[in-house]
Amino acid sequence: MRGVTAPELRDPSAPRRLAWAITALVLLWPLARLAEFRPATLFDPANVGVMGSFVRGFLPPAAEPEFLLELLQATLQTLAIATAGVALAFVIAVPLAILATRSLSIAAIGPAAGRRRGQALRQGVRTLMVLLRSVPEIVWALLFVRASGLGPAAGVLALAITYGGMLAKVYAEILESADARPARALLQAGSGRVAALCFGLLPLAAEELVSYTVYRWECAIRAAVVMGFVGAGGLGQLVDLALKGFVPGQVTSISLVFLALVMLAEAISAVLRKVLA
Amino acid sequence: MSLRLDSVGVVHPNGRRALAGVDLGVAAGERVALIGPSGAGKTTLLRVAAAGLRPTEGGVTLLDERPWSVSARALKALRARVGFVHQAPPIPPRLRVVTAVLAGRLGQWSLARALRSWVLAGDAAGARDALARVGLGERLFDRCDQLSGGQLQRVAVARTLYQGPRLLLADEPVSALDAATADAVLRELVGYSTASGATLVASLHAVDLALRWFPRIVGVREGVVMFDLPAAEVTPERLAALYAGDAGGGVAQAVKVPAHRATMPLASA
Repeated sequence: MRGVTAPELRDPSAPRRLAWAITALVLLWPLARLAEFRPATLFDPANVGVMGSFVRGFLPPAAEPEFLLELLQATLQTLAIATAGVALAFVIAVPLAILATRSLSIAAIGPAAGRRRGQALRQGVRTLMVLLRSVPEIVWALLFVRASGLGPAAGVLALAITYGGMLAKVYAEILESADARPARALLQAGSGRVAALCFGLLPLAAEELVSYTVYRWECAIRAAVVMGFVGAGGLGQLVDLALKGFVPGQVTSISLVFLALVMLAEAISAVLRKVLA
Repeated sequence: MSLRLDSVGVVHPNGRRALAGVDLGVAAGERVALIGPSGAGKTTLLRVAAAGLRPTEGGVTLLDERPWSVSARALKALRARVGFVHQAPPIPPRLRVVTAVLAGRLGQWSLARALRSWVLAGDAAGARDALARVGLGERLFDRCDQLSGGQLQRVAVARTLYQGPRLLLADEPVSALDAATADAVLRELVGYSTASGATLVASLHAVDLALRWFPRIVGVREGVVMFDLPAAEVTPERLAALYAGDAGGGVAQAVKVPAHRATMPLASA
């Protein structure tokens, strides 16, 4: 018969792929309704007028010397919170990621007797990673600020916990998506886990790991700003003050700093990727 | 006895049987070639012999130890004494050649020593000696992605020579190499075996190379050992039976074998 593919030539994964596509659509539509996602509202003429006058109030950016000094101090504080938080998160994430990565499992080769134990351990580590990142950093920051009266340190701790879980999860997944054969060959020749990571997996995944880490640092800067609203200091606190005192020009200046910080992160990422390529 | 397989059978998790009732004993220092059509189970057999795959049936003894009964620590130490040349060199392209070779001794080194060698090439002299044996001594500090496929395969051979194993297993070690280089690499593998007394078991696609370099030939077909003979007793008829019906011109290949042997001096010249 013309137009009908012979049964043995039909792609066996076609029904599954179609089912996934339909499932995705069926799930997304009610979600869009639920989130009251109606793009047309944005372009309603009445709303456009209100938004226009609102936006005009933000120009020009504030540039008084004492405000700029304050802005510089707040920027440094935010950078410090983000950097210290991500550094601590990194320390938490690396051992977790090594434990969770299947490609670095020695017992999986064979498989040897310890495989069940290894699987249970990996599952435990994955659960720990979920627990670490399940509570948003802003909630941790609120808790720490209220409970201990900490300022910026509350932000650092909050970032360390949440980002530790996030970095560990994505590190493990980046490592697993790299070709496992080099590491496996080393493990099969008696190498340890960390050595196999360095000689077999990192050369394949370093670029991606670095770019993800720098991106997370960029996210941490934004998170540090948000945490400032709840008392963790830095640029967030400054935005809060500017909004409460209704000085829109200052908000504009601070936003320009945000832009500069993201561009800085982008540049760092580009340089590091070039070095590692 | 360097390697002993007792009625070894392997059924893969997907239900496909790869080996059935394989009995094989290889004495210390012996050199054995595995030949047979593609998909015959040669790679599976080598993986079982390297303690990289646990057979579903039968027993394995490796360098007088039973890999699947000993502790994890003892298994790791045992694996460090077994070298394996993979068919596709498992070397990340961004690694430097020297680092790729040094990785051969990770099983023997402490973590501190391994990390030192990772950052700054530790035993560069040792790595260069191993590379020189495969004709790549001057590529020490190049990156592996600057090498051709055949050169990368030779780096993998150098890594295994640098490891210094008691049992050296090689899965199609020369399939990516031209005739002259293939011959030179086999000479190095055989030379390592005779000089150090290490056992060498290699699977080879090229029957002429197997007959030239290995005194003992094991023919594998459909997961079963068809014959296990001194090289001199491997007749064209046996080869024809071994490769009979092999897809992709297996018959032609088997018939071609005597011709190959006749042209051998030309190929190696």
